Amino acid sequence: MDLKTPLYDCHIDSHGKMVPFAGYLLPVQYKSGVITEHMAVRSKAGLFDVSHMGEVIIKGKDALDNVQMLVTNDCSRMSDGQVRYSPMCNEEGGVVDDVLIYRISEDEYLIVVNASNRHKDVEWMRSHIFGEVELSDISDDMALIALQGPLSEEILTKISDASQLPTKYYTFKENVNVSGISCMVSKTGYTGEGGYELCCRNEDAVRLWELLLVAGAEDGLIPCGLGARDTLRLEAGMPLYGHEMDDNISPIEAGLGFAVKLNKENFIGKQGIIDRGTPTKTRVGLRITGRGIARENCPVFIGDQEIGRTTSGTHSPYLGYPIAMALIDVDKSAIGTELLVDVRGRKITAEIVELPFYKR
Amino acid sequence: MSKIFYAKSHEWVEFLDDTTARVGISDYAQSELGDLVFVSLPEEGDEVAVGESFADVESVKAVSNVYSPVSGTVKAVNENLLDQPELVNSDAMDAWFIEVENISDKADLLTEEEYKKLIEE
Repeated sequence: MDLKTPLYDCHIDSHGKMVPFAGYLLPVQYKSGVITEHMAVRSKAGLFDVSHMGEVIIKGKDALDNVQMLVTNDCSRMSDGQVRYSPMCNEEGGVVDDVLIYRISEDEYLIVVNASNRHKDVEWMRSHIFGEVELSDISDDMALIALQGPLSEEILTKISDASQLPTKYYTFKENVNVSGISCMVSKTGYTGEGGYELCCRNEDAVRLWELLLVAGAEDGLIPCGLGARDTLRLEAGMPLYGHEMDDNISPIEAGLGFAVKLNKENFIGKQGIIDRGTPTKTRVGLRITGRGIARENCPVFIGDQEIGRTTSGTHSPYLGYPIAMALIDVDKSAIGTELLVDVRGRKITAEIVELPFYKR
Repeated sequence: MSKIFYAKSHEWVEFLDDTTARVGISDYAQSELGDLVFVSLPEEGDEVAVGESFADVESVKAVSNVYSPVSGTVKAVNENLLDQPELVNSDAMDAWFIEVENISDKADLLTEEEYKKLIEE
């Protein structure tokens, strides 16, 4: 049976079209539709229920050493209140998940993981932790709400003290008082816009959601579903687990080399990544120039030669044309290269373009 | 009496005479699909057959087939939909996809009342 987030009733009240996703019933869109929701985030602000995401605490004297072993990025020089993105790899150098690491203190870290991988991740972490450390999955107690878009700060400061809010991208503050609700607020997101993610206890979620919607109503804030979340992250060129990477794709192939620190003493998957050598595939952005929309898993050709597959694709509401990401042969991946994408048996033209498709 | 009927697969068909009809998708179908961003259509002279897909409609999220409620020859296609697929969202009953002539067969069609009952279930 599908689970409900604490905001389920709010979604129903707002005419959310509910679909099962990662074990939860979540709105794919509300009454206004994916395009309107998408454009609200680009021009004003949108509110997302991302409570399905998983939250894991790693705490204890050896917390940092454990985090360093689990993820590919280097967390050794993080300071309290910083957030870092990292893939977490298996021994073979494939990606178990991509996660956000929040440093609460020297010996306590919060790891935010993909909903679809939560149980796999917790099991993976549990079987690899060592020394004096405690791991707890607090996902079921916490709600996560993303406020995204250029007016996010204006909206949030109506119901909280600006001096309590994080100011720099990829930082967070604990115990922020949002109209009496204690939240952990981070300046993070998955849309390519500025904004915040607010983590609160389940029992406060409905009130926080409603407070935010009321505060932002005059600014054009609307609730947004999974549909807009996906089109926004795609325009922003952000990878999604299960699409641009998985257990068999290395973070280097997925274009996440910036978050893989091979000069770090050791981490799970380091040898695997080294053994794979220089990757033969790489992630690129495609602009579809023919008629049609390439979704995931469409074969990509130059002439008759298959050179890879699309990993995600959609119609870009902001740009007004279809876009896709693809994993293709490195030696065919130059910007401007013209390709063919097989969309349900029909080959349509496409061109390799720079990622991200959209930059604010 | 209304000449508009519906297929269970959510297309509408409006008979212009005994062997000619226009075909589109229902308002319920467009609202379920969400914002349409791409429509593919057959060409004039193509044959369509009952229950076979003759067009694709793509929303931001997904692609769906449109099935023909009649068998016959495509007499005309509504090319406006190629550039403005959103016309289907704004008025599904006005946004016809194809006009079919020489109709030789039709699906089990529902009256508007029967169709309304179907989508309420």
